[in-house]
Amino acid sequence: MLTLTVDGKEIQAKKGTTLLKACLDNDIYIPNLCYIDGIEETAASCRLCFVEIEGEEKPVTSCTVPVKASLKVKTDTPAVRRLQKTALRLLLSVHHVDCKNCPANKKCALQDMAKFLKVGLKPGHLQHCLKEPEIDTSHPCLDYYTNRCVLCGKCIQVCLTHNGQPEITFARRGFNTVVSFFGTAKNEKDSCDECIRCVDICPVGALVLKSSP
Amino acid sequence: MNPVNNTSSDQIFSAIQEEAAKRRKANEEAPGCKIHIGMATCGIASGALETKAAFEDALSQRGIEARIHTVGCIGHCYAEPYVIIDHPESGFPPIFYPDVTAGKAKMLTKLFLEEGDPRLEHILGATEENEMIPSVMEFPRFNLEKRVVMEKCGRIDPEDIYEYIAEGGYTALVNCLRRTPAEIIEEIQNSGLRGRGGAGFSTGRKWELARQTQQKDKFVICNADEGDPGAYMDRTLLESNPHQIIEGMIICAYATGARQALVYVRAEYPLAVKIVHTAIEQAKSLGLLGKGILGTAFDLEIEIFEGSGAFVCGEETALIRSIEGYRGMPRHRPPYPVEKGLWEKPTIINNVKTLASVPPIIENGAAWYREIGTENSPGTAIFSVVGNVTHPGLVEIPMGVSLRTLIFDICGGIPNKKAFKAVQIGGPSGGCLPEKFLDTPIDFDSLTAAGAMMGSGGMVVMDEDNCLVDVSRYFLDFTQKESCGKCTFCRIGSYHLLDTLERLTKGEGRETDLDQLQQLSEDIKNGSLCGLGKTAPNPVLTSLRYFKEDYIAHAEEKRCPGLTCRALIAFYIDLDKCARGCDACVGVCPTEAIFTTSNRKKGVDQSLCVKCGECVVACPPEYDAVEKVSPPGLAPIIERPPEPLAKKIVS
Repeated sequence: MLTLTVDGKEIQAKKGTTLLKACLDNDIYIPNLCYIDGIEETAASCRLCFVEIEGEEKPVTSCTVPVKASLKVKTDTPAVRRLQKTALRLLLSVHHVDCKNCPANKKCALQDMAKFLKVGLKPGHLQHCLKEPEIDTSHPCLDYYTNRCVLCGKCIQVCLTHNGQPEITFARRGFNTVVSFFGTAKNEKDSCDECIRCVDICPVGALVLKSSP
Repeated sequence: MNPVNNTSSDQIFSAIQEEAAKRRKANEEAPGCKIHIGMATCGIASGALETKAAFEDALSQRGIEARIHTVGCIGHCYAEPYVIIDHPESGFPPIFYPDVTAGKAKMLTKLFLEEGDPRLEHILGATEENEMIPSVMEFPRFNLEKRVVMEKCGRIDPEDIYEYIAEGGYTALVNCLRRTPAEIIEEIQNSGLRGRGGAGFSTGRKWELARQTQQKDKFVICNADEGDPGAYMDRTLLESNPHQIIEGMIICAYATGARQALVYVRAEYPLAVKIVHTAIEQAKSLGLLGKGILGTAFDLEIEIFEGSGAFVCGEETALIRSIEGYRGMPRHRPPYPVEKGLWEKPTIINNVKTLASVPPIIENGAAWYREIGTENSPGTAIFSVVGNVTHPGLVEIPMGVSLRTLIFDICGGIPNKKAFKAVQIGGPSGGCLPEKFLDTPIDFDSLTAAGAMMGSGGMVVMDEDNCLVDVSRYFLDFTQKESCGKCTFCRIGSYHLLDTLERLTKGEGRETDLDQLQQLSEDIKNGSLCGLGKTAPNPVLTSLRYFKEDYIAHAEEKRCPGLTCRALIAFYIDLDKCARGCDACVGVCPTEAIFTTSNRKKGVDQSLCVKCGECVVACPPEYDAVEKVSPPGLAPIIERPPEPLAKKIVS
């Protein structure tokens, strides 16, 4: 075990874990979307889990830092909060805020972070922009809500981990990137009916089973 | 690996060299004259194929014996298609002709090759010192350059390995095979060579890290996924002298212990792909590649991987992913590819220009290389200078030359008596610098300090008629489309930057826009995952810093100082200058927005005008009556005369 200091508090962590996991395990919350407990390689794509480490010039993503003894970490500096707030505002600027009709309501990672970071769900100065089509219904048992998705990639990662060959993938580029199904292969219905890990792991209710509202 | 202490590699190579010398001599002594034509993509795009066909036709028609020698690109884009004619019997030295169209080719065949008149009015200069014709070396565009990497470009046929060998090619490799890998890396480290892909990391250190790793399988990748708009240095090198790059790759592999190498080149460079493919085959057939290189125990295979045109795949981790067959998305570094790269193996990724710098360094020594350039950035830099300059093209200069020398002395300055406004360096990741930075020396550190970056070498020069807000919009449009979509800041942040810039150029700017641009740009820079996102806001940040007045004019006055943004300009006709009865502008207007006034002059109906600017071009220079203003409200309103009156005048 290693000892490091986070926000003035000494915490213990196992060698080889990431700073983000060490903090979360010790009840120090750091906003995050794309991190999956138990999967070694982090996507580092949501850009929310910033912290400041003594000796580093700029905030760094805690999911990419392996724990080291005597690390001195701060999770709530102005620079960290500024980046986190901007990232969240950016995500909300392309999010269809319709909480009462969303299955993720009250267990939504965006709601949690907005509350934690004191960011309104409305995008403010940023132009609100939604993508078309709003729903991809091409899969036999799953529906994908384009404008709920935060593109954290967790669904793809769990599908890859459990099924070897993922049934879902990223498609298109840049701003138009979406999660997409590989056509409608025959065995998809059976295999997906049994495994809905992607639905379970989605932090924002973007992937839902067809029968649910 | 231990150096090979036998002399057999020397012997094998001497035999190849002898063959090369023999072929060269045969070519030199062949009767008749020689016509060298630049046949890289740039030449072909300007009509070099037609020029070549015209020469062939004319030569066979007139029964003249001559050898057409296809070479690569010499870097003088303004002169394309160019030919160099070496006609010893005429008594003239070899002559450089610019802009040789098919017609000019036929004319030169008749008048020069047949009748011996070199038509001096068409020449740029002689390529050798002589007493009759001024040499091209008297022009700054030639004599202020320092060619290390591009030295052989435009002189040799890229599809003939013997021409490269006859010019001293592959001697650096033979030299290396006599040394230990550690010695070679020490030489590269001593030379101070820094990665030419833009970041400027020490090449020697990268190689040393790769050499020290314990893993057995290692890869060398030549990054030729050149994607900056307006940059074409790598393409030119691949098309003009592929063997220098291959030689650099072989040396790199030998020094780091790799046995497999890849050239990652864009599929949009078909000629480069073809030429590199030929080069690899030729090197293999001579035993310079493959199993047991030059009789030693060192094996290396080089393959070509064609990238599918995603800009982000120039980023090394995305490049690796795309070779592995996945979506080209970058991942977090570290681990760096040197520790964990292609197929999780140590991978050395170097830019084309970095690898092409290696053979000259080995050949001439680290001390020689250190003498070129500056203390912290030794060597040369290659820029593709485009935009508003008189002599655009590829320029290789020693590091430390000032921007002013490059733009005004070497590239001939700004044409059409316009004033310099800005220079954009480093492509979509770089920055725009104003006039006060013209004396900045060109090297990695000075450019970064000024807010631009070396980048891979794209340079766009802009005159006073350019709008920096529009330029930022252009680059953001590019990066926003090329973002891989993985991380939040780049995917959504660059979208909002572009959205704000688009509004500004349309005159729909808001009070908060400038602050938002600044803050969002800073956040994207600090928050993004990979180099593309981290540098994407640079065009906005630098133009906001140095050309804030442009932004303020757009946001507050709805005025475009460069008179570029269509929504913010208007055309009108100055009635004092307009000539009665002249209809030049009426004829070209695509929307019939120009009408005749009651005194037979012209007016522009602003509601119909699409601001194409055709009337400016059509108006005879002696009148020069069309004026362009911003904001559009400045254009005087000229009423269209009522229909019947107009008819009466016509009748």
